[in-house]
Amino acid sequence: MAAQGRHGGKKSNKMTALVVDDNTVNRMIHHRLLDNLGIENVAVVNGKEAVDIHCSGKTFDLILMDMDMPVMNGIEATRQLREMGIRSMIAGVSTRSMEREIREFIEAGLDDYQEKPLTMSKLISIIHKING
Amino acid sequence: MLGLAADRLRADMNRLLAFLFHQGILDEQFLQLQQLQDESSPNFVSEVVNIYFHESEKLLRSLRSLLMDREFSDYNKMGIHLNQFMGSSSSIGANRIRNVCVAFRAASEQNNRAGCLRALELLEHEYCFLKNKLHELFQIEQQRVLAAGVRYPMQNI
Repeated sequence: MAAQGRHGGKKSNKMTALVVDDNTVNRMIHHRLLDNLGIENVAVVNGKEAVDIHCSGKTFDLILMDMDMPVMNGIEATRQLREMGIRSMIAGVSTRSMEREIREFIEAGLDDYQEKPLTMSKLISIIHKING
Repeated sequence: MLGLAADRLRADMNRLLAFLFHQGILDEQFLQLQQLQDESSPNFVSEVVNIYFHESEKLLRSLRSLLMDREFSDYNKMGIHLNQFMGSSSSIGANRIRNVCVAFRAASEQNNRAGCLRALELLEHEYCFLKNKLHELFQIEQQRVLAAGVRYPMQNI
């Protein structure tokens, strides 16, 4: 779905993203930020849904991964996605600021980490890393 | 006349926003939120903020319920609620609420029940204040849009 063109035909060249966050407010804002950049995006509410959507065969250029979520948190989800061979850019986004907590998240397989709130400039800096 | 009303209402909005920023109640993230609103999504800010209010009130009830329980010891659960509250508060620019959550989380991590109770009282107070001010802001905005909208049909006569 994320990689299909608007009319369901050939693949679009549009970048695609997956928002993984249990918080409705954050999902709405992240979705809108991505929309404004022309990035097709899908949102799920926890790490397990993020893993499941990949198991269904979908892939994304970018995954915005929250850390603290019920069912499966961002650290475990990132670990599992990397073990599955997912090489997408995974950017951790969280309110956590303690080095120890962030390090564990990064070591699970993140390509980038941004402290919430996610802003347009932070998102653009993440996207530059995909393109760079 | 109606044009002047719309201008006056816009000035009222700007004064209220300036007050909220000056007092540290809101931060620049609220401006980021406003920038996400456009013709394709003209009510984006109020939609997000109303969801924030709905979710926050559930979280505040949960936090109070946890702390009022005599047998309470599940600081981990409290931490989960606080992370939620912090995350959404920082995303809409609710700066003072976010800062109280930081202090609340610190008390929770130290298993300091009295500290948590004090923080909860402050959080409830800050939340009520913010909610009232944002409702005021949205009311002024609605009146401004109506005043500006009524003007245009008259200009076309």
